[in-house]
Amino acid sequence: MSTPRKAVALISGGLDSLLAAKLMIEQGIHVEGINFYTGFCVEGHTHAIRKKDKKKPKRNNALWSAEQLGIKLHILDIIEEYKDVVINPRHGYGANMNPCLDCKIFMISKAKQWMEENGFDFIITGEVVGQRPMSQRKDLLPVVVRESGIDDLLLRPLCAQNLAPTLPEREGWVDRDKLLGFSGRNRKPQMALAKQFGFEDYASPAGGCCFLTDEHYSRKLVDLWQARNKKEYELDDIMLLKVGRHIRPAPHYKLIVSREDGENKFLNGYRKQFATLEIKSHNGPLTLVDGELSDEDAKQAARIAARFSQGREAETVSVKFTRLNGEETMLDIAPMPASEIKKEWHV
Amino acid sequence: MSSYKLDARNSLCPMPVIKTQNKVNELHPGDTLEVTCTDPGALNDIPAWCRINGHEVIDTKESDGVVVIVVRVGS
Repeated sequence: MSTPRKAVALISGGLDSLLAAKLMIEQGIHVEGINFYTGFCVEGHTHAIRKKDKKKPKRNNALWSAEQLGIKLHILDIIEEYKDVVINPRHGYGANMNPCLDCKIFMISKAKQWMEENGFDFIITGEVVGQRPMSQRKDLLPVVVRESGIDDLLLRPLCAQNLAPTLPEREGWVDRDKLLGFSGRNRKPQMALAKQFGFEDYASPAGGCCFLTDEHYSRKLVDLWQARNKKEYELDDIMLLKVGRHIRPAPHYKLIVSREDGENKFLNGYRKQFATLEIKSHNGPLTLVDGELSDEDAKQAARIAARFSQGREAETVSVKFTRLNGEETMLDIAPMPASEIKKEWHV
Repeated sequence: MSSYKLDARNSLCPMPVIKTQNKVNELHPGDTLEVTCTDPGALNDIPAWCRINGHEVIDTKESDGVVVIVVRVGS
C-alpha cells in the first residue's frame, strides 16, 4: 500500500475548516492542522475574563475541531510577523480594520513554509467562493494563490468544483468528483454536511474569528494609533483593547476601567506597566491609566473611575492614584455625574 | 527522564498552550513539564492539546486563580 499523501489544513476553529479537513480524511489523506495565533483571535477565554460569559464552554475551538477530526494540531504564534499585515496591508482594510486579503495571503505563505519544512504535499482551507466579501471573492482567490506563491497546491475542498483543478486533483491524489461546489453566503449546505458527519456544537462566531472585523474593537485600535501618533502595537496593547471600558477624557490619556471581578483580576496583572486608580472607600473597579497625568488630570480621572464604583452616589469617594514610579496619592473626590462623562470620551 | 517547569502566568489562551507546545517539542518522551498558568481556560486547552498530540496530563491543581498542569511527554 502506498504512503498516503499529506495535507496541512488551516484550522480556524469554525465549521468550514472542520468540514474541509473531514472531506480530505474521508479520502484517505493524512491531515494535520495548523492554527495561527495573531493576537486578534476571538477566543472563548478572552471572553471568559468576564463573569457573564462563564456559562459558555471555555474551549479553544481549533483544538476542539482537531479533536473531532482525530488529527494533530500545531498552533503557530505569528504575533510579531503579523504586525506588518495589520499596519501596512497592501490590499487595504475591509469594513473595519480587517486586512482580510493580506491576512489570507500571509497565512497561506506561512502554511506553505510549514508544509515544505514538514514534508507535506498540499494545503487545504475551508474557503467557499463568495462567502466573504473581501478574502473569498472569486476574482480575489487567484490573488491569494499568486501572491502567497502556493501555486496549485492550495485545494479548497468545499468549493473545488467551482474552481480549476489543482495539482492534487490532476494527479489523482484526491478524487475531484468527491469534492464540493459550495458558493455564496448560504450556510445551509455546510450545516447539512455537518449533520451528515455527526458534528454538533461547532463554533459559529457571527463576525468570524478575528477582532479586527469588529467595529468597536477597530475603533479602539485606531484611537490607540492616533494617540501615539504612530501605527504600532505590542501584544499587551491589543489584549487590553478587548478588556474593560476605554475612556479618553483628553488626547493625552486614556482610562481602562474594569467592568467586573474577572476583568479586575486581569487588569491587576498590568499594575507594573500602568499608573492605576483604585477605589478605597467603596467597592469599585481597578482602572489603568494609559498616559501621563498632571495633578488636575489625576483628579478628573479619579472622579471618572469613582463614577463606576459603588460610591457613585456618595458625596466623597477615596481613590488611590499610583503613578508608574510607585508614588501614591490619596484623592478624596466627588464622583463625576453620568451627565458630565461625555459620549465622545467613550472609545 | 527529566522534570521541567514552565511559567505561563499572565498570558491568555492560547499562549499557555503555544508555550507548552513549544517547550514539549524540545523535550524527550517520558520527560515531565509542570506548567503554571493564570488563565483558567488552560485547564481545558492544555489537556485537549495533549490528547490530540499524544501526551499525558498526569496532574492538575487549581487554587487562588493559579492553575498547575503536569504533562508527561509522549513518544
